[in-house]
Amino acid sequence: MPLAFVVWITIQTGWDTVVELVFRRRVGELLVNTLLLVLLTLPLSILVAVTLAWLTERSDLPGRRFWAWLAVAPLAVPAFVHSYAWVTVAPGLHGLAAAVLVSVLAYSPFLYLPVAAQLRRLDPTMEDVAASLGHGPWRVFLTVVLPQLRLAVCGGSLLIGLHLLAEYGLYVMIQFDTFTTAIVDQFQSAYNGPAANMLAGVLVLLCMGLMGGEVLLRGQERYARVGSGAARRAAPAELGRATLLCLLIPLLFAALSLGVPLLTLGRWLAIGGSRIWQGADIGGAIIQTVALALAGALLTTLAAAPMAWLSVRAPGRLQRVLEACHYYVGSLPGVVVALSLVTITVRVALPLYQTVGTVLLAYMLLFLPRALVGLRASLAQAPVELERAAMALGRTPLQAVRQITFRLAAPGAAASMAMVALGITNELTATLMLAPSGTRTLATEFWSLTSEIDYAGAAPYAVMMVAASLPMTILLHIQSKRAAGR
Amino acid sequence: MKISRSRFVRSLALASALAALPVVALPGFASAQTAPSADGITVYNAQHASLTKEWVERFTRETGIKVTVRNGSDMELGNQIVQEGAASPADVFLTENSPAMALVDNAGLFAPLGAETLAPVPDSFRPANGHWVGIAARSTVFAYNTGKLTQDKLPKSLLDLANPEWKGRWAASPAGADFQAIVGALLQLKGEAATASWLKAMKENAKPYRGNSVAMKAVNAGEVEGAVIYHYYYIGDQARTGGENSKNVALHYFRNGDPGAFVSISGAGMLASSKNKREAEAFVKFLTGKGGQEVLRDGDSYEYAVAGGIASNAKLEPLDKLQAPKVKPEALNNKAVTDLMTAAGLL
Repeated sequence: MPLAFVVWITIQTGWDTVVELVFRRRVGELLVNTLLLVLLTLPLSILVAVTLAWLTERSDLPGRRFWAWLAVAPLAVPAFVHSYAWVTVAPGLHGLAAAVLVSVLAYSPFLYLPVAAQLRRLDPTMEDVAASLGHGPWRVFLTVVLPQLRLAVCGGSLLIGLHLLAEYGLYVMIQFDTFTTAIVDQFQSAYNGPAANMLAGVLVLLCMGLMGGEVLLRGQERYARVGSGAARRAAPAELGRATLLCLLIPLLFAALSLGVPLLTLGRWLAIGGSRIWQGADIGGAIIQTVALALAGALLTTLAAAPMAWLSVRAPGRLQRVLEACHYYVGSLPGVVVALSLVTITVRVALPLYQTVGTVLLAYMLLFLPRALVGLRASLAQAPVELERAAMALGRTPLQAVRQITFRLAAPGAAASMAMVALGITNELTATLMLAPSGTRTLATEFWSLTSEIDYAGAAPYAVMMVAASLPMTILLHIQSKRAAGR
Repeated sequence: MKISRSRFVRSLALASALAALPVVALPGFASAQTAPSADGITVYNAQHASLTKEWVERFTRETGIKVTVRNGSDMELGNQIVQEGAASPADVFLTENSPAMALVDNAGLFAPLGAETLAPVPDSFRPANGHWVGIAARSTVFAYNTGKLTQDKLPKSLLDLANPEWKGRWAASPAGADFQAIVGALLQLKGEAATASWLKAMKENAKPYRGNSVAMKAVNAGEVEGAVIYHYYYIGDQARTGGENSKNVALHYFRNGDPGAFVSISGAGMLASSKNKREAEAFVKFLTGKGGQEVLRDGDSYEYAVAGGIASNAKLEPLDKLQAPKVKPEALNNKAVTDLMTAAGLL
C-alpha cells in the first residue's frame, strides 16, 4: 500500500516537478551520505560480529558465556539513546565517522546473534578435512568456516542496512543527514508536501535495492551436510598467549556499547537528582507506552497468524507472494509508512485521522515481519497429525487450528509479541506523526526533552526504555541459543 | 474433508491478503478512540512544550477548562490545519513565529478574535485584521564564542555573513521554523533576488545544525565562531544550568533596523471550525491577559512579554532598545522561503 501511495503521489505531482525535486544537489548529498553510511557500517559490523562470535563460540576465551551476554546486551539500549550517550561524552562527535561508530555499536548484535548461532551449529568435520589436507588455521577459517556463515551474515546485514536507512533519532543527535532525517525536516517545514514524498520515493528505492542486493549475495550454493548422525561439538580453539589480547576485544566492545550509555545515564541521573523525577509525568508516559505496545503487539501477532499458518501448512506460489509482500512492507522506514498514512487518513478516511487505530495500523505494517518469524517457527513445531486427529474427531478445520495448533504455538506467539512490543516501545517517527493529540510515550517524551537539550530531564525516560527492553533482549538471546539446539 | 480444507486454506489466504493490504483498520475500535474533545479544548502547540505546559496548567487552574495539547513545529502544524480544513480537531493554534499564523489565516481558517482579547496587545504585535494575536516575542541574535571573536570582529549586518570571509565560521538551524521566519523577514525587507543569493552564500558558508540550542552548543564548544539564533536559548541556559552549554558564549544584537535585528512574534489564533469557541477564546484571552504574560515574565521561558503593559523578565535586553526592522507579520510567506531554501539546497 505505501508503495502504491508513493507512485500515486508521483503521478499527481507531475513529472516536471518530480524531476526538479529528485534530481537536485541536496538529494545527491543525501544519497552520498546514506550510501557511505551503509557501505562503511556493514563491513565493520560484520568484522566486529564475526570476531565476537568466533571468540565466544569457538575459542577457550575465559568467561565466554558472560561475554556472549554482553555482546547481545546493546540491543536493550535504543539506538537514539546510544547517540544521546555519545553526544554527552564527546560533544564534538558529528558527521560520518560518528554515525558509523554509533551505528556499529548499536546494531552489531543484529549480526552477532545469527552468526553465533550458525557457528555453534557448524559441523567441525569439514574443518578437520580441510586441515588434514594441509591448510593452516587461517586458511581453514577463510575458506571453510566463513563461506558457511554467508547466509547468517547476509540476513543480519540486511536487517542492519534497513535499520540504517530508517533510523531517525540516532542521526539527528549526531548531526548526520540521511534521507530519513531530510524527510522529517521537510515534513516539519511543509507537512506532507511533494518534496517530502519524493524523498520518500527515493528512500523506498534504496530499501528495495538493499533487499535485491541481499538476494544476489545470498547465492545458490548448498550448505547442507550430507550424511547421518549428529554433528559433534567443535573443540574450542586454544588461544594460548593471545588470550589476554583477545579478552581486550569483547571488553572494548562492551565498554563502548554498554559502558558509555550506562555511565552517561548514571551521570545525568545524578546531576538531575530528584527534580527530573518529580516534575515529569513519567507514570503517565509508561502507562501510554505499555498500552500502545500491548495493543500493537496483539494486533500484529493476530494479523501475522494466518500468514504464518499458510507458510507452514500450505506453502505455494500464492503464499510466497503474500509473504514477500509482508516482508517488503515491514522493511519500509517508519517515516514513509507514517507519511502515507497521514495523507490517506486526512484526505480519504478522515474518521480514522489521528486515532489510536491508525497508529496501531502503522505499527502492524512496520512490525509484521518480526511477528511472522517467531510465529512461523513455533507453528512448524506443532505436528499436523494432531490437527488432523482433531478434525477426525469432529472439529471443523477452524476449530482444530484454534484449539490445537495455536495453543501449541502459544510460546512462539508470546515471543513474537514481545519482539513487536519492544519495537513499539522504541518507535519514534510514526508515533510522532500519527498519534492522537495528547499522546506521550517514553520515546516521544525523551525526544522532546533532548531537543530542548534538557539531557538530565530526559535520562529517566531513557532508563525506563532500557528497563523495558532488557527482558526482551534476554528472551532473544535464549531463543537464538535454543534455535542452535543448546 | 479434502474440499473443506482447501476452502479453508483459500479463506485464510484471503484473510492474510486483507492483513497485507489493510483497508479495514478496525473501524469500530478506531472511531471509539477519536481525539478527546467532549470537555475542554484541543490546542495545536508549536511553542516550546514546557512554556505551553505552564500556560495550560495555570489556565486550567483559573477556569477549570481542560486542555489537550498536540505538540509539533510551526509549519508542520500550520500545514496540518490547512489540510484538515473544516474538519480540524484543533480549537486553538499557538506558534513560535508568525509565518505559520499567516499560512492558516490566508486559508481563511481563523475566526476573528474579540476586542477584549486584542486590546491588551499593541498594534505592532498583531495583524490589522485581528484574526490572530501576538502572545510573545523573540529577538534574532548572533551568539558568538567569546574566545574566538571580539567585539570589533563581529558582523555589522546579517547580510555580512554571506561574505566569503565567513566561510565555515557560522552556524544556523535552517530546517527550523525560527530560522525560516528570519529568512522570511529578510525576504520581505530585501526582496527575492537578494534573499536567494544570500541563501546560496549561506549554503557555502554556514554549518547546518538541527535546533537552535544545538547550534549554540556548537558555538560554546568552539566548533563554529557564531550562530544566528534567538536570544532566549542563551539566557535560558545561563539561568537553568548556569551555562553548561553557553559559558563561552555572548550575544550580539544587530540593531539599526537590520534584518538580523528582526523580532519574531509568537501568535495565537482560534480556528473557525472550533466547536468550543467560548472556551477557545477564553484561552487566547488568558494568553494576552495578565495571567499568560506573567508566565512569560516569571517563568523560565525568557521570551518577551508583549501585552497588557506587563514587563518582560529583567534578565532580557529591553525590547525597545533592539531597534528591530519594521516587518508585517501577516505578510511573512513561509512557502516562498522554503521554496528558496529548497532551491539553495538547504532543505
